[in-house]
Amino acid sequence: MGNTSSMLTQYDIEEVQSHCHELFEQQEILSLYQRFCQLDRNAKGFISADEFLSVPEFAMNPLSQRLLKMVDGLNFKDFVAFLSAFSAKASLRQKVQLIFKVYDSDCNGKVSFKDIMEVLRDLSGSFMSDEQREEVLRQVLKESGYTSDSFLTVEDFVKIFGSCKPEMDVEIPVD
Amino acid sequence: MSSTAGRLVTSRSELDLDHPNLEDYLPSGSSINEPRGKLSLRDLLDISPTLTEAAGAIVDDSFTRCFKSNPPEPWNWNIYLFPLWCFGVVVRYCLLFPLRVVTLAFGWIIFLSLFIPVNALLKGQDRLRKKIERVLVEMICSFFVASWTGVVKYHGPRPSIRPKQVYVANHTSMIDFIVLEQMTAFAVIMQKHPGWVGLLQSTILESVGCIWFNRSEAKDREIVARKLRDHVQGTDNNPLLIFPEGTCVNNNYTVMFKKGAFELDCTVCPIAIKYNKIFVDAFWNSRKQSFTMHLLQLMTSWAVVCEVWYLEPQTIRPGETGIEFAERVRDMISLRAGLKKVPWDGYLKYSRPSSKHSERKQQSFAESILARLEEK
Repeated sequence: MGNTSSMLTQYDIEEVQSHCHELFEQQEILSLYQRFCQLDRNAKGFISADEFLSVPEFAMNPLSQRLLKMVDGLNFKDFVAFLSAFSAKASLRQKVQLIFKVYDSDCNGKVSFKDIMEVLRDLSGSFMSDEQREEVLRQVLKESGYTSDSFLTVEDFVKIFGSCKPEMDVEIPVD
Repeated sequence: MSSTAGRLVTSRSELDLDHPNLEDYLPSGSSINEPRGKLSLRDLLDISPTLTEAAGAIVDDSFTRCFKSNPPEPWNWNIYLFPLWCFGVVVRYCLLFPLRVVTLAFGWIIFLSLFIPVNALLKGQDRLRKKIERVLVEMICSFFVASWTGVVKYHGPRPSIRPKQVYVANHTSMIDFIVLEQMTAFAVIMQKHPGWVGLLQSTILESVGCIWFNRSEAKDREIVARKLRDHVQGTDNNPLLIFPEGTCVNNNYTVMFKKGAFELDCTVCPIAIKYNKIFVDAFWNSRKQSFTMHLLQLMTSWAVVCEVWYLEPQTIRPGETGIEFAERVRDMISLRAGLKKVPWDGYLKYSRPSSKHSERKQQSFAESILARLEEK
């Protein structure tokens, strides 16, 4: 399924479905394909960063640059796999894993104090000083039993999120 | 003109969306803004609201929807309908299309053989020349409309030539201009196009009075605003037609109106245009087709059917800003033509949103974090 023809076969859909751990229905995958083809203007088989940024709602998001690194150049299968964490059927672990990946920009499996600071900087911009951000982070880390030298793993993240699933559901419009 | 109304306040950036209620339109699922007691590590690490907004935008967004051309559903898929469709294709391409080309060519011949002499010979008598040219332009536009078998139903009182009035309409394709021009010779403000369209613009449209703008130039806005003012003040100029969306939209939605047309201190007469999609999708997707291809597509369809409503002229109310006035008129037009409103600037088709919006989100996040830090 390398090239984006405008028709997906049943085989293609099932392949994509298994790749995203059955988190999307077949209709949802078809809708996502329509959307993928809409964003991928010259049918290259992937969506470039520029094409993502042409969606103003996405470009306005404070985390857009981070997410761009994760979705830029993905083919359709991986695009669906990325979005599968936002399915209502995704488990807590799957959602937390995506959140972890956003923090762990160097993909070394560990999230450091610096990594969290960088995300905080993206989210708060010039409205908080570095000192304020450090102070907040140090304080909440201490209260949860970590220090500023701690490295958080996925397991730590799962523990921190506890039993409460983050509200991270996106509905795929099916028409 | 009083001195206070002298200077048009134009903002610095092209994309100054200082619309007060933009946040009302966008999905407000952000729970970052709700202070919920003491800040915990989980609260700080939980970026899920922001992520969800981003993913939601990737999956579907109201801006891209405005420029989606919907291809008609194929109905020719069985053994009875397919030959019928083939017959239709033959009629359209081999019978209608040549007839239409001939009609159009005929119209052009008449037009040029009258326009060029009138333009050259009556150079001295401006009033008479303008009158004749107006009639001729209306005529050639009627020929154009006939060449697509255009069926246009006009509702409402016809526009009259009066100073201090401006007409605004929603924009679907450059043919909007032709459809309206066949009824009344408007002066228009347009983006200068290359090729044969540009040639037409510089010769024929000059005679009805046209103002050019260039989207890519930043300073252009102020220059254009001044030209608009000058035109509307003039008593002998054709009524000015402005498409405040600034770009072609697919006739299902309206994007935000630029306030320039609404800050000219004159009456604004709204016009709503709605095309009937059963016959042809008149949306000119300038990213996908050139104007020539678009015209050819129209000339090989059955018909272009549309309705035009001339709505009640509006003036700015005391205490209303230009933007509020623009939105009020947009409401009227959207309601009349059955279009949905979206809060986006049409120019976002060509460039990125300004950082003001992400800054607003950053500010609310920062404030809530700092507020919750105070709560011990």
